[in-house]
Formats: sequence, structure tokens, C-alpha cells
Amino acid sequence: MTDPMRHLLSIDDLDRAGIERILDRAASFAEVAGREIKKVPALRGRTVVNLFYEASTRTSSSFELAAKRLSADVVSIRAATSSVTKGESLKDTVQTLTAYDPAAIVIRSPHAGAAQLVARWTDAAVVNAGDGKHEHPTQALLDVYTLRRRLGALDGKRIWIVGDVLHSRVARSDILAFARMGAHVTVSGPPTLIPRGIEALGCEVAPTLDRLEEADVVYVLRMQNERMSEAYVPSLREYAARYQVNSARLRPHQLLMHPGPVNRGVELSADAIDSPQALIAQQVEAGVVVRMAVLYELLAGTGAPVEAVEAVAAA
Amino acid sequence: MSVARLFHASAPPAELLIRGAHVLDPRSGLDAPGDVLVRDGAIAELAAPGALPAPEGADTVAGEGLHLFPGFFDPHVHLRTPGQEHKETLASGTAAAAAGGYCGIVAMPNTTPTLDDAPGLRALCAQAAQEARVPVGFMPAITRGLRGEELAEMAELRDAGALGFTDDGKPVVAAGMLRRALQYQRLCGGVLALHEEDPSLSGHGVMHEGAVSARLGMAGIPSISESTMVARDAAIAAYEQGRVHFQHLSCVESVEALAAWKAAGAQVSGEASPHHLTLTDEAVLSLDSRFKMNPPLRAESDRQALIAGLRDGTIECIATDHAPHAQHEKEVPFEEAPMGVTGLETAFPVLYTDLVLPGVLPLGILVERMTAGAALLDLATPTIAVGEPANLVLLDLAGSWEVGARGYASKSANSCFEGRTLRGVVRLTVAAGAVVHRAEAPVEALA
Repeated sequence: MTDPMRHLLSIDDLDRAGIERILDRAASFAEVAGREIKKVPALRGRTVVNLFYEASTRTSSSFELAAKRLSADVVSIRAATSSVTKGESLKDTVQTLTAYDPAAIVIRSPHAGAAQLVARWTDAAVVNAGDGKHEHPTQALLDVYTLRRRLGALDGKRIWIVGDVLHSRVARSDILAFARMGAHVTVSGPPTLIPRGIEALGCEVAPTLDRLEEADVVYVLRMQNERMSEAYVPSLREYAARYQVNSARLRPHQLLMHPGPVNRGVELSADAIDSPQALIAQQVEAGVVVRMAVLYELLAGTGAPVEAVEAVAAA
Repeated sequence: MSVARLFHASAPPAELLIRGAHVLDPRSGLDAPGDVLVRDGAIAELAAPGALPAPEGADTVAGEGLHLFPGFFDPHVHLRTPGQEHKETLASGTAAAAAGGYCGIVAMPNTTPTLDDAPGLRALCAQAAQEARVPVGFMPAITRGLRGEELAEMAELRDAGALGFTDDGKPVVAAGMLRRALQYQRLCGGVLALHEEDPSLSGHGVMHEGAVSARLGMAGIPSISESTMVARDAAIAAYEQGRVHFQHLSCVESVEALAAWKAAGAQVSGEASPHHLTLTDEAVLSLDSRFKMNPPLRAESDRQALIAGLRDGTIECIATDHAPHAQHEKEVPFEEAPMGVTGLETAFPVLYTDLVLPGVLPLGILVERMTAGAALLDLATPTIAVGEPANLVLLDLAGSWEVGARGYASKSANSCFEGRTLRGVVRLTVAAGAVVHRAEAPVEALA
């Protein structure tokens, strides 16, 4: 079967070979990024719509830059400034945008499954830029990209994901992607913020950071202030005492990652953020080239078979 | 003075000879081919197949190869009237019931406004007497506005025709409020039907809490949200010697609590819905809002416990919790979609296809459970016996159909079985002595 990948809705749309193909292409785009003129003409004359129903700085700007560097025309729509605030439904908005014949729609939504719905309503390729607490596949791809550059392969590496797993789409996509690339994934955080049944994604659960030293990579999640008002943890102080990753807990051989934006002094200490072990800036940098590679894969790719897609479709 | 509690539009009484169908009524002990003669809307004669001559003026239905059961009774549907007639009306909801083989259904009070006072109930009963194709009963609210703060005028409501009371869609959160309602039940009678959910546990949950909700990142509704309330309210009912009925049970712990309190002598009963008996939370991986309802689809172990409870009688009856919603309301991201699925037109076929055909549940038990809801509400059980009013459903169990392919009698299409091919085609429904549904064209049998 040679069904090319039409959408990127979930990490489950990609097998290991698919992930590697996208990341190899991202690496080649990184060379372009080093040139004075950073554009390639791959998507000239085609339109990419960014439809963001949630505030986002790095994801929306890097998708915009990625599309522009591929020479696409870009329309960026933010919920706060569009007719969405006038009560227009997602379906109506997507059908309106589809009238512009976009090649791709990049969607960020506070609701799980929004990207799947959009894919049902449009002929455009759909990229999930974060749907509720479900998935954020391009974040996971740029995380794997960043780690591959530093470590080579992820096979056998131990990656700890620390913090508010319950509310994190990044955690879900990362668990799937890291495991698919051969890493051993452990999640750790307050039991109130570790979803029941998360092991089914292919990770281990550690209730404390006592064994953190075994990690090759420590991936820290954002701890949002509103979790306090919802009584998931008694206080940020107590959270930080047990789960903050800082220079006392971090070992010299460990790499540190965070999807941003960081709450300094809560989930990460200032010294950890600024340490040479931190790959946070590299993650941001990887965002543009990885998203270029995703758009290229969907819109200009060779249409190589993706077994994972077929497996999911057949299931 | 007896109070009318079921309402339907008047229709000419059936004059009907159903010839040679396999007649199955577990309560009457009927389980063999036979002729059934209906005269003036009542069952006039039962005889060996081919024994009865077609009387003059009677319609003769060839029943050979078909099954004839007592008409089904659903103690739990949402007819959305008044206030949300774009989802369902008394006419469309009862047409869906007729198409599903039902001879009686009970409407829930979470309408707009809430059905919680006698004038509202009288108006609705009068409307049903004009529009309802099959008999409908109404259960007004236990508490005003379903707010759980003060009792509705239960005694006056009973006199106006209330079958019982329910805050369905919401739990009676305060134990003390439920206790008051049970004390008041001694005055006015009428079962209290309870939607069991502890909001401090269910929170903003949209699906069952488990591996699937963890995968999808959606807030979960844990099983204990239901089962702890079942156990609590059974204890209160036992203490007050009152009678409660647990709606749409969904999990193993609830079935266990119900069984334990029954064994202890409490007057408690339970219902299960076709979707909980045939689907699990795995269906939600599709992110399709047609699989969103409250209580949610749960784990396979829960489904198995419900089937076992239904088989052994811990769960007395099937209830669809038919909950119509307009397409535009459901065509939104899963978390945003309203809870609820339709069920009247698919209940028997899906249970027959998924439970009876694979040998999980005997056909006789299914028929018994599809009709047992009436007795729980102190209504006469649909029965095939001479002298009884004709409440019958004639089914082609060999025939199959695709759900939704020909649309629905319901105004809404939010069936979680849409697109499935099911065995069991309703050919004829007789409710309260009148023919209320007849399949227009025979559907081809499965090869």
C-alpha cells in the first residue's frame, strides 16, 4: 500500500521510519536556515492556514515561519480576533476557510479531537498543533529531533517526564514518540497529576524523584498556577520541594528539556534553566525546521508508504 | 379513584390475526408457533398455527418465520418536550418508540422548563393525549428545577398523573434531600428513579476514567462516582423503607452494591442501557461524540458485570436512556458535545445481535428484561394472554438492516450504532390495542 500520510493528527500516524524521514528532512532544512536567504520554493503558490483557538507564542510563530520559509502564502487566524468569538462553530469556520483552497490547515484547539474533526471537513492536509490535553505531535517531533542531534539514537535511553502529566498534551505525544524511537520512558509527578491508566501508553510511573539519577534525559513539564486553585497540589511551595528539577537533583550527565514557557522557580530552578545541560533553546530552534519538514512531508513529500497509518486504519 | 398515568392519541382498536409466528412470552410460558387473534384491541384468542380462520374485517398478517413478543417498555427516555422540540417531540419520540417495538415509554423531566409542577404535567399529559403514538408516562422532578434544594410538590404531581419522580441528568447530591423525598414517598407513592453520580468525583469528566481517558487526555468520570452513590442511596432507602430505582447502571461496583442491598431486603431495582451492555470506552478512541453519554461507556469488565447482572436479574430491565441531540450540537469536539445517544430504534436489534446471537444471553431473558420496566413503575406488564390489551411486537429475527441507512423516526440521528448492520427487523408494533408501526417493505433476510 502506498497511501501517503495525509494529515498529522497524532504521533500514532507515524511509525519509526516516518519519524526518522521527517527528522532527516528537518536536518537538511537546518542547513538552509544557516544561509542568508532562508527560503526554499517548495510550497510556492500554496496556502497554509494557521487556525489558533488558544494563545500560543512559539508554536504559532514557528508554524508561520516554517510555512513562509517553504514559500507558502500564510493566513494566521486567532480565535480572539475572528468570527469565532461571534459564536461561529468550528465546522463553519473550517468550511469558510476551505473556500480559500488551502493546502494545509494547522489547528490549535483547547479540545481533544478538534484536528480530527477538521480533517473530516476539509480536503486540506491538517496538522494538529495541539488539541486539548490530547496530543501535540510536532512538539514531540522537535523534541526527538533535538535529542537525536545530541545523543544520536534514542535506543535504550532513559527519559523521565516530570510534572503535570494529567494536563499535558506534550507528555502524551512525547511518551509515544520517545517509546517509538526505542527509549524507556518514566513519568513522575504528584499522584494527583498522573492520570490513572497512563502506563497503557508505554511508560512506567514513578511517584517520586528518588530514582531520577537513572535518567539520561529529564523532560520537565510546565506547572500551571491554576492547578493550585483546583486543589491538585496543596501549594507551589510543596510542589517545588518534591518535584522541582534543580541543580541539586540534576546530575552532570543528564540532559534537561522543557516545552516552554517555563515557570522559573516552580518546576525548574533558575540555575537548571541556565545550565549547559539545558536544551530548551535548541528545542525552540528545532521548532521551525521540524515544522517545515512536517509541512513538506504532507504537501510536497514523496508519498512514501507509512505502515503505521495503514495499521491504524486497518484496526 | 384511579389516576391515568399513561397517555396516547386515540387510534382505532386493532382487528388483527397474526398467523403462525413464533410466540414468545416468558411470563405466560409461551414459546411456540401459534395464531394470535386481536379483536377490538385486545387479545381474543391464542391457537395452534393455522387453526384460526381470518375473521371478517380483520387484517391478517403472515407471521410464519417471524417472532411475536409482548411489546417492549422503556422506563427511561428523553422526549425533549417542552422546550427542545428541535431535538425531539412527543410525536417523533413515540414514533421512534413504535419503530423500536415499544408499547410504552417514560419521559424524563429535564425539559425547558423542568417538569416539576402539576400544571406543567397536566399540560404535557394533554399534549401526549393528542400526539403520542405509543403510551407515554411522565416522571416529574424530585426537586424543583433539578436543583436538589427543595422538593417538588410530589403529592399534587402524583394526583396529576406522575408515574414516579426523578432528577435524571443530575444526582440528588445531598443525602438529606433524598431522605426527605423517601419520607414523602410514604404519602404519595411513586418510585424515585435515581441518576447516580457524585459530582465531586465526576467533576468535569467527559468519559470513563481509565487507560483510554489517559491516552486521550480527557477528564475521566471514575466508576466510584456512580457506585458510591448507589450504595449510599440504597442504604437511605432501606432505612426509610422506601423504594428507589437506579437508572442506567454502568459499572461493576454498582451492580455489586445493588445485589448486596437486594440481598439485605432493600426495595431497590436497576436498569442497564443497550450501549453500556454492548460497547466500552475503547469506542471513544474514535473521538466521535456519538459515543459520549452520561454515565460513560466503561471498561470491558464493567460491561461483563452488567450482562451478568441482567442475566441473573440483579438488573431488572433494559432502559435506552434515549437522549436525542441535533446534529449541529453533536458535531463539535468530543469534550464540547452534549451527553446522550438515541436508543429506541436500535435497542432490541443491537442486544439481539450482540448478546443473544453469540449465546451470551438467552432470547427469553432479553424479552423479559425489555418488558419488565412497566412493573417497576406499578404498571401492568405487557403480556400475551387472552383478555389482555394487545401490546405486541412482531420481529423478523433473520432480517437485517443498517442503522441509519433509511434515516430515523426520531428527529435526531445521534445513534452510537449508526452504520452497523443489525439483525432483528420490527415488522409490526401494537401498543395499547392499536397498530402503531408497520414496516413498509419487507427487508431481505440474511443469506
